[in-house]
Amino acid sequence: MDVVLLSRLQFAVAVFFHFIFVPLTLGLTVLLAIMETIYVRTGNEQYKRMAKFWGKLFLINFALGIVTGITLEFQFGTNWANYSHGVGDIFGSILAIEATLAFFLESTFVAVWHFGWEKVSKKVHCFAIWAVAFASNLSAVWIIVANGWMQNPVGSTFVNGRALLADFWEVITNPFAWSMYVHTILASWMLAGFFVLGISALHLVKNNETDFFGRSFKLAAGWTLVLSVLLPLQGHTHGVTVAKYQPAKLAAMESHWETKKSAPLYLLVLPDEKNRRNSIEALPIPGFLSFLATGDSSSEVVGLNQIGEKDFAEFAAKTGYKPDRPVVVMADGEKVMRPIKAQDAIPPVMITFLSFRLMIALAILFPLLAILAFAWRDSIAKRPGFARLLALVIPLPYICIMAGWTVAEVGRQPWIVNKLMLTVQGISAVPASSVALSLVAFIVVYGLLGVLDIYLLRKYALKGPDGTAPAVA
Amino acid sequence: MSEIFTHEVLQVIWFLLWGLLWGIYFVLDGFDLGMGTLLPFLASNEDERRVIFNAAGPFWDGNEVWLITAGGVTFAAFPLAYAVLFSALYAPLLILLFALIFRAVSFEFRNKIDSPQWRKIWDTVQFLGSFLPALLLGVAFAGLFQGIPINENGVYTGTILSLLNVYGLLGGLFFVVMFAVHGCVWLSLKSEGYLQEKADRCALKLWPLLVLLAVAFLVATYFYTPLFNIFLRILPLSIIPLLAVVLLLIFPAFMRSGKRVTAFAVSALFILLVTLFGVIGMFPNVVPSNINPEYSITIAESASSQLTLTIMLCVALVCVPIVIIYQAWVYSVFSHKITKEELDSDHAY
Repeated sequence: MDVVLLSRLQFAVAVFFHFIFVPLTLGLTVLLAIMETIYVRTGNEQYKRMAKFWGKLFLINFALGIVTGITLEFQFGTNWANYSHGVGDIFGSILAIEATLAFFLESTFVAVWHFGWEKVSKKVHCFAIWAVAFASNLSAVWIIVANGWMQNPVGSTFVNGRALLADFWEVITNPFAWSMYVHTILASWMLAGFFVLGISALHLVKNNETDFFGRSFKLAAGWTLVLSVLLPLQGHTHGVTVAKYQPAKLAAMESHWETKKSAPLYLLVLPDEKNRRNSIEALPIPGFLSFLATGDSSSEVVGLNQIGEKDFAEFAAKTGYKPDRPVVVMADGEKVMRPIKAQDAIPPVMITFLSFRLMIALAILFPLLAILAFAWRDSIAKRPGFARLLALVIPLPYICIMAGWTVAEVGRQPWIVNKLMLTVQGISAVPASSVALSLVAFIVVYGLLGVLDIYLLRKYALKGPDGTAPAVA
Repeated sequence: MSEIFTHEVLQVIWFLLWGLLWGIYFVLDGFDLGMGTLLPFLASNEDERRVIFNAAGPFWDGNEVWLITAGGVTFAAFPLAYAVLFSALYAPLLILLFALIFRAVSFEFRNKIDSPQWRKIWDTVQFLGSFLPALLLGVAFAGLFQGIPINENGVYTGTILSLLNVYGLLGGLFFVVMFAVHGCVWLSLKSEGYLQEKADRCALKLWPLLVLLAVAFLVATYFYTPLFNIFLRILPLSIIPLLAVVLLLIFPAFMRSGKRVTAFAVSALFILLVTLFGVIGMFPNVVPSNINPEYSITIAESASSQLTLTIMLCVALVCVPIVIIYQAWVYSVFSHKITKEELDSDHAY
């Protein structure tokens, strides 16, 4: 098999698996901090029990988040050596800063929080969970600044095949990165809200710990409502940002092939990627794509058939691309050639298009669910159907986030750094057989741990705060 | 500022900080990896096993962040070295990662299902997940000291077994025993009664083996690597290996007299100096090639830009002291012994 494809698959497995655990950490830590603050302020023991119960689930989730993160950091060097060498000056330094500023804080105060209930004062203990919440959300800033730079490489110059830092301030204030950050945070916090809602609802219909889970449910209901409404609103402005900095990605999201003024949005579209057109285009809303992309319904939206050559010309001029140069030379002298033609410099359309549709569909569903949950927050115990539904939809925000990241990453192709470096140029001179073997190992190990982790999460979620709840599910 | 902190000076500073970071990582994760390695040999019942898990409890995660930071700094300060080294050591690194992943999970999963078989699985995982990283880190660093087979393109031409030569294996064993002794002292600090006695005895029993391995490693270093050159050229630097030897020799005296905190400090400093000895010995290379010295990746050719190194230095100078302060605070908060009462609390591993 192809070493580039294998390396990409392996990274996809590693990053998706890692990101199963991250969003819950980002959101649930804030909820835990709120619960414990209420406990410290009011002295109501119920909120202490809440922090402990939801905290146990957080910790089961957290352990895998940490270690799968280490794997990711090492992946850049093991499988993306040319990328690492090419961008280390910027990308590497941001990762190092992330570790120094955020990971130490997070890991140290998680320990204080986990083991410190009797060792430190109430206030210090509460501070610890705020520190964890702050640190995990701060680490997301840095990793998304790093990813944002891959999407929109600002503040750098390109010298001898390497991107060098020119303006650090520009890198950390990259508008694309911050738009992405807010988008990610809103989605992650909302995910944590649905997590708490679903589990609480299950217990409430069984009349188990009604005060405990009633309070949890109400807290999460308000929280989830606000976030699930904010998310699509902010998502729209993020879409405008994408249109501005990555017109190729936007065109792929909408399967928009030809440059057009007053471009309509078709409600029914089926991309025909091979022939570079849509085989079905129906139910147009006139000018709406132009409006979504720029806020002006008469503006021009660049199509995939025009953008590739334009992006490619920019790339070739900036980097002096030579298609006849091997991307790597293996130890045995094998030259890996991956020349790319200008018109092919567009993202895979079908995957980007479908992932985007999936994300949007779910993002429309979430506020509806959240409104009902909020409206019925006092009567959820009497609505077993809806309560079960809330438990069943716990995976949906995860799927939504994965779909969103697929749009972000597949939609950036064929670039690893937008218009600065091709993904194929980023690989390591590691034989395909080694990558194949490690990919299988990743799938087996991650699969096993993922199943165990979800099993334990489920077990402890259903057990309830004292571990004595009758089997709820 | 930029007149003193020229690009060359920054490169050397970052090379030393790079070595220091690895050293701190070995000192900190060393004790919990060492304890994990000794788990099947020291603990003979469930309570003793839990004491060992909980003695690492609040620390192992924070300790591992030093590994992330050391890796991150390699990436940030010496991108070419990071790229060449990490892709060259593909197989050992991935085994190391999988081992660390399983190990982390063993802490969290072990007490989540009340079954002796279930716990037995995670005890084995904890042992392998501690032993293998210690071994592989030793093998990898020994490999670095003697050079790895990279060609003119920085591409690894060896096999998975190339690093497992005499010197590499010696380095691996040395690390395993060094961490094990370090782990014994930590366990002795954190436990009481019979387990503490066992930990004390184990440290003293392993010590002659550690001396033997250290001497063998030092002698082999002379024959297999160019590490000593710089110490012979700049004699005052020799204080580093000499002090390491002295610390190793005085270590058992503190253990015998029950001065465990001092013994732990001695053991920690020993590990730090061993690391610095090796890293400084590599100067001016970061990734030496044993095919042709000209293929070696040097500090200068792999370093990041002056701007990046400057910014990172500022971040490090401000943040690392703060990190050390709050980590030290956490060590003092959890400096108590793992008692029966502690094990009975609902948050213990």
